[in-house]
Amino acid sequence: MTKFCSERIAKYAFEYAYLNNRKTVTAVHKANIMKLADGLFLESCRQVATKYPSIKYNEIIVDNCCMQLVSKPEQFNVMVTPNLYGNLVANTAAGIAGGTGVMPGGNVGADHAVFEQGASAGNVGNEKLLEQKKANPVALLLSSAMMLRHLQFPSFADRLETAVKRVISDGKYMTKDLGGASTTQEVVDAVIATLH
Amino acid sequence: MASTARSSSTLLKRFLATRLNQSRSVTYMPRPGDGAPRAVTLIPGDGIGPLVTGAVEQVMEAMHAPVYFEKFEVHGDMKAVPPAVIESIRKNKVCLKGGLATPMGGGVSSLNVQLRKELDLYASLVNCFNLPGITTRHDNVDIVVIRENTEGEYSGLEHEVVPGVVESLKVITKFCSERIAKYAFEYAYLNNRKKVTAVHKANIMKLADGLFLESCREVATKYPGIKYNEIIVDNCCMQLVSKPEQFDVMVTPNLYGNLVANTAAGIAGGTGVMPGGNVGAEHAVFEQGASAGNVGSGKEVEEKKANPVALLLSSAMMLRHLQFPAFADRLETAVKRVILEGQYRTHDLGGTSSTQEVVDAVLDALN
Repeated sequence: MTKFCSERIAKYAFEYAYLNNRKTVTAVHKANIMKLADGLFLESCRQVATKYPSIKYNEIIVDNCCMQLVSKPEQFNVMVTPNLYGNLVANTAAGIAGGTGVMPGGNVGADHAVFEQGASAGNVGNEKLLEQKKANPVALLLSSAMMLRHLQFPSFADRLETAVKRVISDGKYMTKDLGGASTTQEVVDAVIATLH
Repeated sequence: MASTARSSSTLLKRFLATRLNQSRSVTYMPRPGDGAPRAVTLIPGDGIGPLVTGAVEQVMEAMHAPVYFEKFEVHGDMKAVPPAVIESIRKNKVCLKGGLATPMGGGVSSLNVQLRKELDLYASLVNCFNLPGITTRHDNVDIVVIRENTEGEYSGLEHEVVPGVVESLKVITKFCSERIAKYAFEYAYLNNRKKVTAVHKANIMKLADGLFLESCREVATKYPGIKYNEIIVDNCCMQLVSKPEQFDVMVTPNLYGNLVANTAAGIAGGTGVMPGGNVGAEHAVFEQGASAGNVGSGKEVEEKKANPVALLLSSAMMLRHLQFPAFADRLETAVKRVILEGQYRTHDLGGTSSTQEVVDAVLDALN
């Protein structure tokens, strides 16, 4: 755990909240046990928080956080976390909000950005999913809408996002993880049809 | 009586919430450092200019927007735009301005036009659309007028041949016509617009407007997914006031663009509310959409009752241009809510509020 990395992730989180009109940033930690490591992380977050007086900042221990996520998730807005907790928190939050098959996300650095499925991005599915071609394309489609915004093509991003949202809300073409029986291609065809 | 008033205000609040709640499920992922404040040159201008630019300053301050203004005093009676101002715009790349007064006749050129030529801001863009809450004769108006900004009838080439006989030159070049046509089609492509209409009078000005049309036709072939048509300017004016829904993006030479933009602004709600700007290869200057050189009447200035909506919406365009979309959305939503509620409106919209009252309402509506 370094001051350098903790500082820059805290800075990114607060800058993100500022730019996207988010009201609260919550730091997730276990500094009662890992006093030095997570303590350093928290210190960095607190320092950056002073530079953004109009954004609320609070802290939550990771075990309580998981419990709160599954009982009262509305309380959370932007959450900044170290590496492992972030993986777990993201997957939990994705699960309660609809599943890892639909949440968009990406990775960004000072010079580059890589967009992939939001949570569980390293998941390559199981044999059966592959054979039957029934993977859920929604997560990556929404991530590609994020990518279009990143590339400064907002109108195209809006079109894509609207089409995907409409297909989901119509409910006719959904893959197994959302309770349906469609194949990937059927969902894609539905999105393309909605685009026109 | 009181209970119906209460229930209708709750209904209105819910209606407003659903209509104006802008939430995206797919967010923007900023690059580290995107939140750093940007410098913008500010020219308050003459007449109502300082009043409406003051409104923008107040709103930006309240939002803690990542912009800071470098203010410069420029007045219409100066001989030229001061070099310090041009330097500042070249450095910042973005400018927000109020109108600069232009004297009639007398051979003094308009500083508004001078600024556009100096920075080669060759495209003027005005978005004329119905704002919910303002009733107009026509609904479904959403026209974007893209006007060539540097040549045509505004070339400023006039001379008196013999006393009592004046010649005025309208210059149309392939270079300028091509680039404005390219801008119009690129704009339509990037903003999911379906049709571009070229406005001309090539039946009379066969060579000049003919050259303009040729350039538009050439560029149109490169965008097969966008419909292209042409309309003669007199018919265009008539169509605008009878069936404006037929127009989408309009590309025009300089003078027709001025008239078409003002007409379209008028039918959609007035020049006090339409946003717009000027853009060139390297700089952008945002000002009131149509009638940007208008500095208001003496009475408007005295009573401080100018409409700030147009410049507020133009500054939202500016925030998008600077890549701060969330701030632009907040500003736009707040302004639209104030217009929809209808309580604070200036004289041109049928109300009696002062500029400051409208600004205060917008500040309240910000969240």
